[in-house]
Amino acid sequence: MVRAAVVSMMNVLVILMVSASVAWAGEAAPSAPEPALEKRVMAISEELRCLVCQNQSLADSHADLAIDLKNQVREKLKQGMSERQIVEYMVERYGDFVLYRPPLKATTFLLWFGPFALLVAGLIALFVRLARRGGSAPEALSDADHARATALLDADNPAGPR
Amino acid sequence: MSTEAVTKTGYARYLLIGGFFVLVAFLAVGLKLDPREVPSPLIGKAAPVFELPQLHEPDKRFGPAEMRGRVWMLNVWASWCVSCRQEHPVLMDLARSGALPIYGLNYKDERGAGLAWLQQFGNPYRLSAFDAKGQVGIDYGVYGVPETYIIDKRGVIRYKQIGIVTPEIVQTKLLPLAKQLELEG
Repeated sequence: MVRAAVVSMMNVLVILMVSASVAWAGEAAPSAPEPALEKRVMAISEELRCLVCQNQSLADSHADLAIDLKNQVREKLKQGMSERQIVEYMVERYGDFVLYRPPLKATTFLLWFGPFALLVAGLIALFVRLARRGGSAPEALSDADHARATALLDADNPAGPR
Repeated sequence: MSTEAVTKTGYARYLLIGGFFVLVAFLAVGLKLDPREVPSPLIGKAAPVFELPQLHEPDKRFGPAEMRGRVWMLNVWASWCVSCRQEHPVLMDLARSGALPIYGLNYKDERGAGLAWLQQFGNPYRLSAFDAKGQVGIDYGVYGVPETYIIDKRGVIRYKQIGIVTPEIVQTKLLPLAKQLELEG
């Protein structure tokens, strides 16, 4: 009984998996006739921002404009434009904002190096503090203090070894 | 603790509080910035060339080349664009004033729907170019409709408005700019 149930469940699973993969293949086929080209389109799209949704890359987005721009990338690749030329084409129209990785220039200097500057400043502050504390901590015990400490320890723990 | 140590911790505390306020100031400024205002790289550059069929008369074509020697406004619109409806009365007023010729770019629309929209709400445009596939829109860096461009006599884009043109923008920006550009050679 149990065995039969397991087998029939497995059958259902297999059927589901097969039908799912068939459905997926059917959907993907028309848009991806050339896997190599599609891979390049995706690689470029990942570097470009979807301007409508802003916090998604073109590759992730299904917004109308994102799809248009992906088609644009595909067309340009087919025309033989290099990846760099395509990115430049987008920047000419939409500005640096279209790039997911902001370019390094005077206006973005703080953006790129600000965090590192903060890290360095934090480390310097930490070391300065530690150095100061280290300088003031060790204070030599006088003989009288030493004797007092021994007496106190002995009084606390009479059975212990001296 | 020595007095020196006390003043040192007091100093550090002020530094921390100061840093906190600097952070708050940055965040406050950040809140006021509109992330949708993407600065256009096209300002100061020649308006991209195009040749599109007109919306009303598909046999005739329109392109910015025809507008050489004139200051004009290009407004990107679509019948499916909800904000365009809000902007529409402002454009009607501007068209009536005759201060600036308005040309439309009917963006990713269907001809019938675009024509019906103008029929229903009124047509502020001298004419509209019909950009069914949105190719010209991409050349102009359009990513949100409506968008508006002011183009000078030499065919250079001098101003871009992303989103709705309000009466304030017309009064404080578009009209003064149009006047100034009219005086240029």
